[in-house]
Amino acid sequence: MIVTILDVVIAGLLLGGLYALIAMGLSLQYGVARVLNISHGEFIMLGGMTTWTLFTVFGLNPLLSLVVCGPLAFLLGFIIHRTLFKRLLSSSASPGIFESNSMLASFGLLFIIQNLASIYWGPEIRAYSYLRFPISLAGALFGANRLVTLGVALVIGLAFYLFVARTRLGKAIRAAAQDPATAGLMGVNINTVLALCFGLGAALAAIAGVLISISYPVNTSMGMEYTIIAIIVVVLGGLGSIPGSFIGGFLLGVVGSIVIYIDPLLSLAAYYLIFIVLLLVRPTGIMGK
Amino acid sequence: MLLVVLLLLAGLPRFASLYNVVLVTSILMYIILTQSWVLFSGPTGYMSLATAAFFGVGIYTAAILGWKLPLPVVIVTAGLLSSLLALVVGALTLRLRGIYFIIFTLGLVELIKNVVLWHAIKFTGARGRFVVLVDNNTIYYLMLFILVVLLLTTYLIRRSRYGLAMRSIGEDEEAAAHVGVNVTMVKVITFAISASFMGAVGAIIATRWTYIDPYIAFKSLYSFMPVLMAIFGGMGQLYGPILGAAVFAYLEEVLITKFPYYYMLLFGVILLVTILYLPDGLVGLVQRLRRGGWARGQHANT
Repeated sequence: MIVTILDVVIAGLLLGGLYALIAMGLSLQYGVARVLNISHGEFIMLGGMTTWTLFTVFGLNPLLSLVVCGPLAFLLGFIIHRTLFKRLLSSSASPGIFESNSMLASFGLLFIIQNLASIYWGPEIRAYSYLRFPISLAGALFGANRLVTLGVALVIGLAFYLFVARTRLGKAIRAAAQDPATAGLMGVNINTVLALCFGLGAALAAIAGVLISISYPVNTSMGMEYTIIAIIVVVLGGLGSIPGSFIGGFLLGVVGSIVIYIDPLLSLAAYYLIFIVLLLVRPTGIMGK
Repeated sequence: MLLVVLLLLAGLPRFASLYNVVLVTSILMYIILTQSWVLFSGPTGYMSLATAAFFGVGIYTAAILGWKLPLPVVIVTAGLLSSLLALVVGALTLRLRGIYFIIFTLGLVELIKNVVLWHAIKFTGARGRFVVLVDNNTIYYLMLFILVVLLLTTYLIRRSRYGLAMRSIGEDEEAAAHVGVNVTMVKVITFAISASFMGAVGAIIATRWTYIDPYIAFKSLYSFMPVLMAIFGGMGQLYGPILGAAVFAYLEEVLITKFPYYYMLLFGVILLVTILYLPDGLVGLVQRLRRGGWARGQHANT
């Protein structure tokens, strides 16, 4: 019994680590840059598929592919914000209009990225074998690949949190999240900070994608599911709260793993149920004000 | 003008080929989905992504009841069930503002899809269901009939005090409540009316598909299409969304079987271009051109 509970909890933490990374990325994009980025999952997919190609064609170690995919996704996100969303921001009459316009634009991005990827990679489900041997943890067996995934997710998540909480640039990001106009008056280069946040969010998504491909099969239509999970976690943690997203990710991971233990088919339905109840009862989330 | 078009459409099966009848049926379906989406989301400004949920409920109604009951009864039941769902969902969620409402409706589609899938696999052992077949001309005329009813409803609502109340909600909800509009009632009822058309259309089109499963019936694309079609056409005029729906439905019919990825790619590009450069959609573009060129107008001001 105790072994089963441990089994479920650790499996939940493994899932939660990934969810936390994904949600922190979206939290930056929505909490600071005010873009509810529906194409978030597509950056995850790009990270996963690129890693698969690098591994199977060039034999590149997936952990090294983190160093390739992260910066590339950052650059892509930065450029997208500099061109597309900056233009939308200046043409939208109010923050509310920008929110719905930018969300629709991100739908456009979703269709563009996903279908370009499908044209290039095709619809097949891809998987590769890396560190596929079991390790015993408190009596339960776990794949080494999953433990590596959790470890890397934790390190990157914490590093990222420290970056936002402790550095000067992190302070500028938090200021922009609170009140972009005033932050701009206080000397924060607001356009650069917003683009930076969007880029960082994309990088976190791609990194999560790399990690997902180490443990799970990937394909070009995997993005939407992760986008919705990211939205759920972000609402769960409180819109715009980065620690909230981090904690919320692990929370949802554990809940997910419990439901998967009961009936694997119900895990997504359970997420939505939590989400719907949460929206009705406490729309500000666990860490929101 | 509208009457002439409707009369032409009514006579279509007499002189057009079967392929064209089927094509026009698809176009009519998208026009109804888009126009009923606009009926609620246009004036109130609440962007609903629940279209696929109501559409899917209609599809499943046809799949389950279609074998036992006559088609008109099935269609009416589908409309009623969809509007019932909308009443419940609306009463629960329409106090959520802006982005929360959008996320909620998006989640609703996925929730229903997963629950139906779970039920299908757990209790019936199969993922999908077969739907009773109906001949193409019947489907076509039913679609046309629903469209006429929808256009009439839209027209009547627009002209009534009720339509005015809806527009006042879109402009400033608090002010509307203060001058005595029963805000929640108006929103929930309109949401239900718009959902009933989506459900009815789902029930009709399901009979053409013959086989359905949760992934087909509750495809979230059906939530996004009406939004894109309405924005692309332009929501300022009654015929804007109709124009947008017609263009896209035609594009889909021509492209999707041969080049599905390119069709979806084009879909994304058009969405981006519309948001960036055509805030008032095709209708806005036409009006701008009619006024004798945009650039000249600007010169006159300076």
